[in-house]
Amino acid sequence: MSAVLPPHGAVGGHDGHSHGHDDHHDDHHDHHAPTGWRRWVFATNHKDIGTLYLLFSFAMLMVGGILALCIRAELFQPGLQFFNPELFNQFTTMHGLIMVFGAIMPAFVGFANWMIPLQIGAGDMAFARMNNFSFWLLIPAALMLVGSFFMPGGAPAAGWTLYAPLTLQMGPSMDGGIFAMHIMGASSIMGSINIIVTILNMRAPGMTLMKMPMFAWTWLITAYLLIAVMPVLAGAITMTLTDRHFGTAFFNPAGGGDPVMYQHIFWFFGHPEVYIMILPAFGIVSQIVPAFARKRLFGYASMVYATASIAILSFIVWAHHMFATGMPVTGQLFFMYATMLIAVPTGVKIFNWLATMWRGSMTFETPMLFAVGFIFVFTMGGFTGLILAMAPIDIQLQDTYYVVAHFHYVLVAGSLYGMFAGYYYWAPKWTGVMYSETRGKIHFWGSLVFFNITFFPMHFLGLAGMPRRYADYPMQFADFNMIASIGAFGFGLMQVYFFLFVVVPAMRGKGEKAPQKPWEAAEGLEWEVPSPAPFHTFEEPPKLNASATKIIG
Amino acid sequence: MTMMNARVHSASRGWAQRAAAAAMAALATGSAFAVNDLKGGPGVNQLNLHEPVTNIARDQMWLHNFMLIVCLVIFVAVFGVMFYSIFKHRKSKGAVSANFHESVAVEIAWTVVPFLIVIGMALPATKVVVAMKDTTNADVTIKATGYQWKWGYDYLKGEGEGIGFLATLDTEQRVSSDSGHPEKVDNYLLKVDNPLVVPVNKKVRIITTANDVIHAWMVPAFGVKQDAIPGFVRDTWFKAEKEGDYYGQCAELCGKEHAYMPIHVKVVSAEAYTAWVDGKKKEIAAKADDPNKVWEQAALIARGEKVYANNCAVCHKPDGKGAGPIKALDGSPTVLAEDKMKQVLVVLNGQNNGAMPSWKQLSDTEIAAVVTYTKNSWSNKTGQTVQPSEVLAARK
Repeated sequence: MSAVLPPHGAVGGHDGHSHGHDDHHDDHHDHHAPTGWRRWVFATNHKDIGTLYLLFSFAMLMVGGILALCIRAELFQPGLQFFNPELFNQFTTMHGLIMVFGAIMPAFVGFANWMIPLQIGAGDMAFARMNNFSFWLLIPAALMLVGSFFMPGGAPAAGWTLYAPLTLQMGPSMDGGIFAMHIMGASSIMGSINIIVTILNMRAPGMTLMKMPMFAWTWLITAYLLIAVMPVLAGAITMTLTDRHFGTAFFNPAGGGDPVMYQHIFWFFGHPEVYIMILPAFGIVSQIVPAFARKRLFGYASMVYATASIAILSFIVWAHHMFATGMPVTGQLFFMYATMLIAVPTGVKIFNWLATMWRGSMTFETPMLFAVGFIFVFTMGGFTGLILAMAPIDIQLQDTYYVVAHFHYVLVAGSLYGMFAGYYYWAPKWTGVMYSETRGKIHFWGSLVFFNITFFPMHFLGLAGMPRRYADYPMQFADFNMIASIGAFGFGLMQVYFFLFVVVPAMRGKGEKAPQKPWEAAEGLEWEVPSPAPFHTFEEPPKLNASATKIIG
Repeated sequence: MTMMNARVHSASRGWAQRAAAAAMAALATGSAFAVNDLKGGPGVNQLNLHEPVTNIARDQMWLHNFMLIVCLVIFVAVFGVMFYSIFKHRKSKGAVSANFHESVAVEIAWTVVPFLIVIGMALPATKVVVAMKDTTNADVTIKATGYQWKWGYDYLKGEGEGIGFLATLDTEQRVSSDSGHPEKVDNYLLKVDNPLVVPVNKKVRIITTANDVIHAWMVPAFGVKQDAIPGFVRDTWFKAEKEGDYYGQCAELCGKEHAYMPIHVKVVSAEAYTAWVDGKKKEIAAKADDPNKVWEQAALIARGEKVYANNCAVCHKPDGKGAGPIKALDGSPTVLAEDKMKQVLVVLNGQNNGAMPSWKQLSDTEIAAVVTYTKNSWSNKTGQTVQPSEVLAARK
């Protein structure tokens, strides 16, 4: 990505709009911009840090993916062929933790780092050094998570939800995992503060909040969610830690503790967390659909309000993950109603995207394919979510493969597809070269087909009652498991293909040179700077037109 | 309601079978051909919920079908519009983009309409939630206790009061799972030594709790799933309308043997139930070990070997060597200790935060036997004998 950019090449970026300052700036950078490894370790440039985040999260996606393939290999046939059940549980646990905290969340922070300053006309993120710190904190945390497989007793095996009191039985790697999550939480909180302060204080003059690009809006709301809930997770795992080592009994029934309280605290974090992982994807899609429909986003204001309502509602639905714990009837009813309510603002978003496409003039380059794929497949995950929200049905489906299918439809076909769409949309700006449309299409169709082969049969397995986190299963489930495993390997290969045949050439600068605005009808300030985006952009606040999408004068 | 349910159900089953056959032929695995549907358990490539045998399960099935149809209709309508647009409003077809981008009326419409639909969905669900939670006036009350990794059943009230036993997965199936090429039997991983027996058409209340970590007691055909939480009791109920065998599995991650603690419920006629209760009571009376009986060492070791195989070998392995975090018993200082009560206390109370669980649910004789067995097996040659009376004295 910007590995190909000279750190102070400024490729004509200054010629455009800051004549009088050229000399002064060039001097300044020649003396201070570090090169070589120092450029990355001491990075304070939002673009460099964005690149680091994206590469880190892709590496974690691969690690998490390998764990997923270990799970699918074991489940290919009934019986234990490769791994013992303890190791299997470690795989499911670490797959979840690594994908959530190592892949999806940092990837969106990477997108935010790259795009938010460019979209709002800011020179950089508000706190450049804290930005560096929040990235580099992730490295020890990731090493600790991955390294836990090599600790005595192996990695944590209590599920990514880390339910007590099973966590109290885990070996020392549990403490490593808790520490890693604390660090990642701190990193997320710092990243969020940075994003909020940047968006609220550093918008170019004339860009009012209600003229902001949707991606910046969804991230602003996401950042507030993160700040609200990461400390809650920190509390839950700290209590687990003190239960394990310091004789407290928050969750240990033998000392009068309550294991269900852990679940309440965890899901008070956990449910907003799932929206943290999807809202930025909504933002990306909301930018791509209008660009390729050549038509303004329908109902911008209602999109903002819908995003905010989803965020607010996400705080009052957590116990729908706990219908089987035996809540009182009023509790079940409240959480069932609140959860079903979320379908309303989510529906509004889908309808707005549709109305944007309606009577547009559409073309289907890879970003649009992924965006439409996102809408289509994510909605299936939304519908299964609605079905799961009904407490009586959930009693049948809770902790079965139906749930696994549901959240992979919203997290893989949702968040991940949103990110792929964003990559194809913005990578020409990052790298200065276009991707190969053919390869993009192969990646899209391959991913879409294999994704559905993997996860669609899981709905049937869940309905038939196959519990999740099972290393072995009754014979009747064999065929669907085999199909799912085949799909999983295909899906994994498609992502390797994406890296080797799309990302690597782009990082090497191979490909057709990207114009400043590769997409005919794309709007926004990021298309007002050259491709690749120069190391420094918007050093002087730009003057914007009335809709805050173009630079004038 | 019932009509719709019946129709959808039979339709989906017909489709299920054809799809299943097609899938199998396509894969040409050959492996699943030997396996048949398990009555009361999962069917081969089953596509829908289990065939319900209680009112609640029937309502859940109806709700699910209802939701599926409503969602499908919305899905087809919404994506019909989207794909129409995708094919019609293309630049390559000369479409020129319109300029509309706002309409308060439309936004209000597509907020209010989904809201009404959601209310329409919530109403029938509410009725079922209330019915599910009504555990009053049960005919038989049974406590199901989750252990790592088996279920304990105690008949607390109603006919059969006082009966109690453990239900463990068939050990051969567990071994067969490890082999990597399990025998293709219909009840693979679902066969238990002592199924739960309940009378047909009687309201059975299940009280759940657990001894170590959270488990979940689930029987899909009854529409029942209830977490079993250590230190707490929760309850659920069912009234099975058809005799037969019904199967479920533990549904909350509970450690390494999570997949190996199935649930098997036998629903029998009132007469058969009475007969079973009588038989069980006699058996218990005959089997009750007098904790004050003094045993020969050899007899205790023989008894202990069985207790060990049923309860301890899963973790500590038949050769007593343990595995990974599981401590070895062979050569263990606790087992070899001069003070033989040291090991008795570990077995009674557990250690390491329950990594070694408490086994106080075993009888004094069983604990005495298994301790004596481990003290005199493999390379352990202590010659010590623990008598049941000593275990009884150590219980506190």
